[in-house]
Amino acid sequence: MLQIYCPYCKEERPELEFRHAGEAHIARPADMKSISDEEFEGYFFIRSNPKGIAFERWRHVHGCGRFFNAARDTVSDKFITTYEAGEPKPDAAELAAKSGEADK
Amino acid sequence: MRKYSIFAVAREAMRGHKGWPQQWTSPEPKKQYDVIIVGAGGHGLGAAYYLAKQHGITNVAVVEKGWLGGGNTGRNTTIIRSNYLYDESAALYNHAMKMWDGLSQDLNYNVMYSARGVMMLAHNVHDVQGAQRHIHANRLNGVQNEWLTPEQAKEYCPPLNISKTARYPVMGAALQRCGGNARHDAVAWGYARGAANRGVDIIQNCAVTGIRRAANGAVEGVETTRGFIGAKKVGVVAAGHSSVLMEMAGVQMPLESYPLQALVSEPVKPIFPCVVMSNTVHAYISQSDKGELVIGAGTDQYTSYSQTGGLHILTHTLDAICEMFPIFSRMKMLRSWGGIVDVTPDRSPILAKTPVPGLYVNCGWGTGGFKATPGSAHVFAHTIANDAPHPINAPFTLERFRTGRLIDEAAAAAVAH
Ligand SMILES: Cc1cc2nc3c(=O)[nH]c(=O)nc-3n(C[C@H](O)[C@H](O)[C@H](O)COP(=O)(O)OP(=O)(O)OC[C@H]3O[C@@H](n4cnc5c(N)ncnc54)[C@H](O)[C@@H]3O)c2cc1C
Ligand SMILES: [Zn+2]
Repeated sequence: MLQIYCPYCKEERPELEFRHAGEAHIARPADMKSISDEEFEGYFFIRSNPKGIAFERWRHVHGCGRFFNAARDTVSDKFITTYEAGEPKPDAAELAAKSGEADK
Repeated sequence: MRKYSIFAVAREAMRGHKGWPQQWTSPEPKKQYDVIIVGAGGHGLGAAYYLAKQHGITNVAVVEKGWLGGGNTGRNTTIIRSNYLYDESAALYNHAMKMWDGLSQDLNYNVMYSARGVMMLAHNVHDVQGAQRHIHANRLNGVQNEWLTPEQAKEYCPPLNISKTARYPVMGAALQRCGGNARHDAVAWGYARGAANRGVDIIQNCAVTGIRRAANGAVEGVETTRGFIGAKKVGVVAAGHSSVLMEMAGVQMPLESYPLQALVSEPVKPIFPCVVMSNTVHAYISQSDKGELVIGAGTDQYTSYSQTGGLHILTHTLDAICEMFPIFSRMKMLRSWGGIVDVTPDRSPILAKTPVPGLYVNCGWGTGGFKATPGSAHVFAHTIANDAPHPINAPFTLERFRTGRLIDEAAAAAVAH
């Protein structure tokens, strides 16, 4: 089971307290009716599904109840970092370097 | 190809089994093929087999990063059924169902297809309504499916607990009698042998690392760990890795990859006569011919390529199995494993041409594509050979996520299937 650090509770808790909530940093189009079918497809259906560092949303359902974001390596399943919703997307290359160091 | 028969077995028995030929060879990749299939699972090997057998296209390579059948084909719980809700799905899965019957003869390879019946339990009013809706829709489509009362379900599967006070009471079940199991490895091996003997090169331990495209965008071949291999047509059949491969050609996919786990018990004498599925509690169970109980669990909640998955997913499934079949509560589990399944938003596969000329994709089978192996391989071979879909897979496009013409088995089942 994953151990997840909630950036609001500032505590590492077991995965059972959390709900995965899909890919992070996908902005909902402000004016939905004016976008093309292609843009809607991109927003609604297309997912990057990376083998490597994924940015994803989690919700601490059985805790503070809040949504936050995480960067996780989908090959090792290790979390690299978690951060509050609304914070900018971290740089994947920098994170990769950081997680490589942590492994040493 | 040396034909397998009772006479061959008898002859070899007298010679100490020294005369069996290799089932397939491991050739060096050629410079150029007419078609390259990426991924030697059942769907990929089957496509190569039908390309050679039905379309006379034998200059084909199947390129596999590991060993053939080592992906989800060799990791699944082998449940075969075709009682899906929508017309498009019914046509596709029933096409496969008809092919299972007779596949061993066609391949001259015993895939051990056993129509022992698949029973799907209903535990609450919603389940009952959903199952009956499926049964009616299936009948209109000529797909077998029938309703059983709890008592009939118990008669069909005696270990089932139908006590009214059970944690997950059984309110009835949908039974597809022609459903059942097949030997997963034998499906991969049978297709591999059939394809190799018709001239297909199966190249194992060779990962595709890139898809090369010409200036006009068309496919030219694949970069691999053993060098460049040319082909004007490339079919990607890589299950959990489909997003990764399609990205190599610049195509972004409506897919997410999740771990899915299964486990087997110690082997015991025949006790379990059919396949039982409970979507509501995420437990699937049958007994293999070796005697092991084969148990399937649900997916993890997060995307992953780790081929593992959380232990709590398995224990949750075993809790449910022990509630439904108290007789198994003291059995020991021998081993568990995971596969990576590629899930589409509507839980229907993508079997289609792509925006890239010469690039075809067969993916998105998620948690339930083993059952479709022969049908999927057959229509995919047609799609590649003709550069146009077979009528059966025509609705399973990549564009449906743009046009909105979904085949929404996800909404129909509300769970993994
Ligand atoms: C635990 C579990 C239980 C399941 N239970 C059932 C069930 O009961 N019934 C059912 O119908 N379905 C079930 N499924 C789903 C089913 O297993 C799959 O849908 C089906 O086997 C997919 O077959 P495939 O040939 O497309 O993929 P695979 O057999 O996974 O083959 C894809 C191949 O592509 C290869 N590959 C990937 N990347 C590359 C690369 N870069 N270069 C070269 N090769 C590459 C992989 O190594 C792999 O061998 C289950 C799956 C799992 C994991
Ligand atoms: Zn919290």
